[in-house]
Amino acid sequence: MEYMLLFLESKEDFAARSEDPKTSPYWGAWMAYGKAMAEAGVTKGIGNALQPPDTATVVRLKDGKRLVQDGPFASAKEQLGGYMIIEVPGLDQALEWAARCPAAVRGAVEVRPVLDIGCGD
Amino acid sequence: MDAFTTVEAVARDSYGRLVAYLSARSRDVAGAEDALSEALQTALVVWPRDGVPEKPEAWLLATARRRLIDEARRTEVRDRHQPVVQLLVEEAMTLQPDEPFPDERLKLLFLCAHPAIDAAVRTPLMLQTVLGLDATRIASAFLVAPAAMAQRLVRAKAKIRLAGIPFVLPEPAEWPARLESVLEAIYAAYGTAWDHTLGTDPTLQGLATEAIWLGQVLVRLVPEAAEALGLLALMLHCEARRLARRDAAGDYVPLSEQSPALWSVPLMDAAEQLLARAATFRTPGRFQLEAAIQSAHVHRRFTGRTEWDAILQLYDALIGCSPTLGALVGLAAALAEASRWHEAAAVLDEIPDDAVAGYQSYWAVRAHVLAGQGNHAVAREAYTRAIGLSEDEAVRRFLQRRLSGLG
Repeated sequence: MEYMLLFLESKEDFAARSEDPKTSPYWGAWMAYGKAMAEAGVTKGIGNALQPPDTATVVRLKDGKRLVQDGPFASAKEQLGGYMIIEVPGLDQALEWAARCPAAVRGAVEVRPVLDIGCGD
Repeated sequence: MDAFTTVEAVARDSYGRLVAYLSARSRDVAGAEDALSEALQTALVVWPRDGVPEKPEAWLLATARRRLIDEARRTEVRDRHQPVVQLLVEEAMTLQPDEPFPDERLKLLFLCAHPAIDAAVRTPLMLQTVLGLDATRIASAFLVAPAAMAQRLVRAKAKIRLAGIPFVLPEPAEWPARLESVLEAIYAAYGTAWDHTLGTDPTLQGLATEAIWLGQVLVRLVPEAAEALGLLALMLHCEARRLARRDAAGDYVPLSEQSPALWSVPLMDAAEQLLARAATFRTPGRFQLEAAIQSAHVHRRFTGRTEWDAILQLYDALIGCSPTLGALVGLAAALAEASRWHEAAAVLDEIPDDAVAGYQSYWAVRAHVLAGQGNHAVAREAYTRAIGLSEDEAVRRFLQRRLSGLG
């Protein structure tokens, strides 16, 4: 089954992104995590890290009027920092990979099954 | 144990006895639990405040009875099991007040670890029926979605009832294999706690306490089972070192670098006594050997040095009777600690690749061995793999320091 792991990172984690990638534990942990996933053969090559939440812009159409808002959709303590699609036998294995994610320590990882709309390719 | 956990232990002990007693007679584990779980929750609030009642079982039964009567009054369509359970509660309340309450928990433990029950649900089933833990708490410990865990437990209990799994002690011929399943299920609870909650934060202690409670219940029920004594000794030895696994900064400290002054003397002494008692039965086994390995490690507290030869011999014996992945990786780690790098590498090379794809300990030991052999490039790969598979941040930091130490 396919799952999307949504990495919800804390302020501290976003701040750690400015550290030197060669020596930073933050980057080291993420590199290792991605590598372990690749070696276990669970990644589908679909996934990205995202720029921090202050770069976000939210757009809505209310009664035909454009509403553009600066900042992320919700002002939660943890913010979306990236995502990854994985292919595993079931939810148990998806939760295992979520628990190993560096974001799980100070933030959270949301695990969502991918909806198969059944259009075929 | 502090006052609260002692009260909790008494409450869960009495609860388990009652669930076992009621389900042995009604053949309905879910019905027995339904009748008693609210009484347990009430006890966990009231007893720490007002003290433990003189007859804990009678208190729980009276509370459960009140609830059953209320419920029967409220709901028009009665649960079809309820009258049976209610009758049994009444019966249990009339039991000889001066004798100890009959203890059927051994049957309940064997029932939970019955070969007809899916191995993955045996430990959760024990924790729920014998100790009264709720599905949400069990689900978190086993890293399973709460709804899925609740469903698995319901399915297992329905199977017990529908398939007619007997509520009896196994035949003598089946006894060793069936006891082994019970021991394995208890150890799975402890192992889960050990692997995933290295922290010293008591709220993160996970299942360790519950697993030890189950081990203590089992040792009281079958005091002559050497392997049950061995399992409890093993868990107490590991528990004795819990605090030493972290330094003041919260960083991970491997066993070889731990200060023996931080190990708990009462827990180690209790473990040693259990192990000595187990040895008098002269039936060695996997859990006694694993406990003996722990015992040999902590012998350093007396002599200041680790007896690697003794530890390696014990590992050989362990692998002879139970060649698990954990035992093989443990042997390789012990060989590495004794600087016998090539032998350690040979042990790891024997393990098939697909068995260790997601096994963090293997990659951590492999990295350490490769580094010891001076094979830094490959060691770096293995460290990275181990870091990526780690769930604990302190362990990740520890491995990252080792990795950057390779230069």
